[in-house]
Amino acid sequence: MSLFPEQASTFASHVDALYGFLIAVTAFFSLLIGTLVVVFAIRYRRRSPDEIATDVHESGLLEIVWTVIPLGLVLIMFAWGASVYFRITRPPADAIDLYVTAKQWMWKIQHTDGHREMNELHVPIGQPVRLTMASEDVIHSFYVPAFRFKRDVVPGRFSIAWFEATKPGRYHLFCAEFCGTRHSGMIGWVYAMKPADYQAWLSGGASGETLAAAGARRFQEQACNTCHAEQKGARGPTLVGIFGKSVRMQNGQTVVVDEAYLRESITNPQARLVEGFPPIMPTYQGLISEDGLLQLIAYIKSLSPAPAEGAAAAAPTPTERKPAKP
Amino acid sequence: MSTPAATAPPEPRVHPVNYLNARYGVKSWLLTVDHKRIAILYLIGVTFFFAIGGLFAALIRLELLTPAGDVFQSETYNKIFTTHGVLMVFFFMIPAIPGVLGNFLLPLMIGAKDVAFPRLNLLSWYLFVIGGLIALWAVVHGGVDTGWTFYTPYSTVYSNGWVVVTAVGIFINGFSSILTGLNFLVTIHTMRAPGMNWMRMPLFCWGMYATAIIQILGTPVVAITLLLVAAERLFHLGIFDPAQGGDPVLFQHLFWFYSHPAVYIMILPAMAVISELVTGMARKPIFGYKFIAGSSVAIAVLSFLVWGHHMFVSGQSVYAGLVFSILSFMVAIPSAIKVFNWTTTLYKGSVSYQTPLLYALGFIGLFTFGGLTGLMLATLGLDIHVHDTYFIVAHFHYIMVGGTIMAYLGGLHYWWPKISGKLYPEYWSRVSAWVIFIGFNLTFFPQFLVGYLGMPRRYHAYPDEFQVLNVMSTAGASILGIGYVIPLVYFFWSMRYGKDAADNPWGATGLEWQTPSPPPTENFPVTPVVSGRPYDYTTAVEAGARG
Amino acid sequence: MAEAAHTLAHDAPPELQHHFVDLEAQKQASSLAMWIFLVTEVLFFGGLFTAYVVYRSTYRPAFEGASNLLDIKLGAFNTAVLILSSLTMALSVWASSRGRKNLIILFLALTMLLGGTFLGIKVIEYKQKFDHHEVPGPHFVVPENVATGKPLPRQAEMFFSLYFCMTGLHALHMIVGMGLLAWLIAKARRGAFSIRYNTPVDLVGLYWHFVDIVWIFLFPLLYLLGRHTL
Repeated sequence: MSLFPEQASTFASHVDALYGFLIAVTAFFSLLIGTLVVVFAIRYRRRSPDEIATDVHESGLLEIVWTVIPLGLVLIMFAWGASVYFRITRPPADAIDLYVTAKQWMWKIQHTDGHREMNELHVPIGQPVRLTMASEDVIHSFYVPAFRFKRDVVPGRFSIAWFEATKPGRYHLFCAEFCGTRHSGMIGWVYAMKPADYQAWLSGGASGETLAAAGARRFQEQACNTCHAEQKGARGPTLVGIFGKSVRMQNGQTVVVDEAYLRESITNPQARLVEGFPPIMPTYQGLISEDGLLQLIAYIKSLSPAPAEGAAAAAPTPTERKPAKP
Repeated sequence: MSTPAATAPPEPRVHPVNYLNARYGVKSWLLTVDHKRIAILYLIGVTFFFAIGGLFAALIRLELLTPAGDVFQSETYNKIFTTHGVLMVFFFMIPAIPGVLGNFLLPLMIGAKDVAFPRLNLLSWYLFVIGGLIALWAVVHGGVDTGWTFYTPYSTVYSNGWVVVTAVGIFINGFSSILTGLNFLVTIHTMRAPGMNWMRMPLFCWGMYATAIIQILGTPVVAITLLLVAAERLFHLGIFDPAQGGDPVLFQHLFWFYSHPAVYIMILPAMAVISELVTGMARKPIFGYKFIAGSSVAIAVLSFLVWGHHMFVSGQSVYAGLVFSILSFMVAIPSAIKVFNWTTTLYKGSVSYQTPLLYALGFIGLFTFGGLTGLMLATLGLDIHVHDTYFIVAHFHYIMVGGTIMAYLGGLHYWWPKISGKLYPEYWSRVSAWVIFIGFNLTFFPQFLVGYLGMPRRYHAYPDEFQVLNVMSTAGASILGIGYVIPLVYFFWSMRYGKDAADNPWGATGLEWQTPSPPPTENFPVTPVVSGRPYDYTTAVEAGARG
Repeated sequence: MAEAAHTLAHDAPPELQHHFVDLEAQKQASSLAMWIFLVTEVLFFGGLFTAYVVYRSTYRPAFEGASNLLDIKLGAFNTAVLILSSLTMALSVWASSRGRKNLIILFLALTMLLGGTFLGIKVIEYKQKFDHHEVPGPHFVVPENVATGKPLPRQAEMFFSLYFCMTGLHALHMIVGMGLLAWLIAKARRGAFSIRYNTPVDLVGLYWHFVDIVWIFLFPLLYLLGRHTL
């Protein structure tokens, strides 16, 4: 019986190596302490009812030694763990986008070309994949043990994380944050495929409307173009080419336009307003579904040239934004 | 600690009136202000909740024997594990050692007649009972299914269970914890006997002091958090509901700000017990007294700085992750210091193999192992994979069950002669210690393995390949359950049929051993005066120790 | 010092509880206990203040707009009332330390009167909110910006959630305080307080001052956001 899940992503072996180191440290100290206490208990067992022990009761040197050595060890663990963590939390620039909507109790996945999947995810190997995830109700968590990939999907914000599959195969997908009655039924499969097989899969079957096209349609339906029009004097800033650009806000801050900023602009527009425009945009919080938000954002992204998308993807650390925080 | 012989003539020991028989009748117990009687009341209460929580654990393990969710419906199963968690965490783990051993021993150990506020102490017990009964009412009327962590918006908007009632029960119980902490803190500051300065205080008292700091500072935060959850559910407020602009992760920050220090409320008293057991059973002064005392306080302080390690995958920023990770490693260091000091205490000791020692050794081994798996969780790159899997479940059960419950049982055995005036049967106590140790490891070690393989927690049904490890775990749980029942039986048995205990059956130091077994209501007819070093065995053995 | 401090019943002052060595030790212990309790209260309110800080920084315009809807005159008046009540409370502590029964009762009664005034005004304010549909929940109607007449952002509801939670919790503490004051008056009438012993008045005084201080934080945070004119 295997003790490790398959290593099917670029970070799996790093995580397992780190685990191996920690197992070694754990085993060493557990055995050390376990052996010592047993050996001492036997060697120094009480030999007569009134026996008491000689007084060996403190040593400053010993205290320092056994404080400093563990301190050194934990610093190594921290540093190694942090380096693996940086690898896990930094999507590379050339990642392709996938959009995940979690709802009780299913996973809906949308590929940019319009392919929709339910509780299944097909990905090519050797290609970084960036998941932009949203929840329609409660907190869920997208967990693929074979990839050592896990990220909570929190309602009210986008959760963005990435992986790169390395081995073709079929791997468990679990929801890993308790979400109600059918939490343990919110499972599925991730299919990692060789590039040729993946292309074959993509071209087979109806793909339907692309995400961006759906977003364009919604843009019209919600009358966003009333203000965000491509003309001089428009009431709202132009959205063409805006994704990935640095824009100045009214409070003097400069913001790089990414998915999180776009989402915030739709649900809480007054938070950060672009300089030079009146504060008249209404909030659409609760009025557009998570799917709808993902579509709109895919549409707006499609209005920018592709390199801009890569630049945004490589932006350092939190690409997800939340209400300001501890 | 030695009481200079010239000061107090030995009290006559012919059938003394003690705190157990001083007054009879239910009212004399339910309206008592004697800390020792209140300790017994807590003993009854926590045992009751432990039994129910344990029953629900058995139901969990029963369901998990097979991959399919075929014993209970999903929603029922969710209520079962939630109830197990709520009852065990809030109504057993938090109150047990402080309520039972802390209450009984603290005044005795510092040479006081009682705690600073005896009536407040009784109120604490009533708050515990009322809170628990309210939580039980919720259980009986359909239960709550949110997990003991009550994450929003599931708990505030989507759950169909008795969330508000359970939250109220926990809220009321929280005040029990706060008042106990307050009482112990003031007692230690103001009621130590003459000569009992801080550096002469038993390490058990240092542990209770550090615990009190956490109880006082942490519990109010979970209180307001649960109040907000209840308000949100009742009045549709939206503080944690994204649909109304709320932030579910804010709930997590507020919840874990208490709930992480809470686990130190559970372990510090256990460590306090172990410090006493190790020195007492080895009849050797504790090694590194100052470092163990200092570690207790360091743990209490650091425990408030690490809560974010429960939230590494929640979407909090990478920098927050780094800060909480490094601090989580830091909080492990004082615990390691304690383990090394306990181990070294045994070196050149005079170690007796009686039951309290078995529990102490079990604790040291299991806590060390479980604590080291905690380092795995502090490691950012690794926690992402194992968060919310059975790996986490295994880790905290190693600490809470392999750690705290072992220490609690060890302490019960060690002080049972003082508490009851009787001896428990040594043969059966050793048997049950081994049964518990074996059953425990068989139950929880496989959970590390199945967790790393990817089995998420709170799962009603699971993929077939996880079954073998789950079956092992359930088998272990059956054995563990038996191990817990045996002491219940013989402790009762001993009250009627056990041999009478001497005042100081272990030849230990400490003022509690200078009183009769069981002690009189007022503890010390003459206030003791303390001098000399703590844990000075040279005089203790002379006072009629048993081998 | 080797002698046990074993007070015999008829020697000890009636207020001394048997497990304390003397009245001074009892006073110190009680005082420490009340301070610790107040620390727990800081943490208790602290959770709400944390939520407030987080949401105010996220929804600043909504919070400023909603804050302008609160009646600043009533709020300021209430602040003055509470500060005055702290004065009368302090005077009652002083009077109790001298055992001046009539003064104790007078000042305690004045404190209660002022506390009652505060609560009465809060009832008026809450009723106003209710009438204007500013109570969060299913009946909430997004209010209009006072200056511009345009609707505020939806997250104004969050402001009101925090407003009701924070002032509501504070009001509950005031009500408990009123109960404690009534209890003190009853004790004072029985002649319980003297130069030797006024601990209960002292400790209730600490509690009352604490509740006052909480309001002094609540008032600017809730009533004075983004105010340019009264």
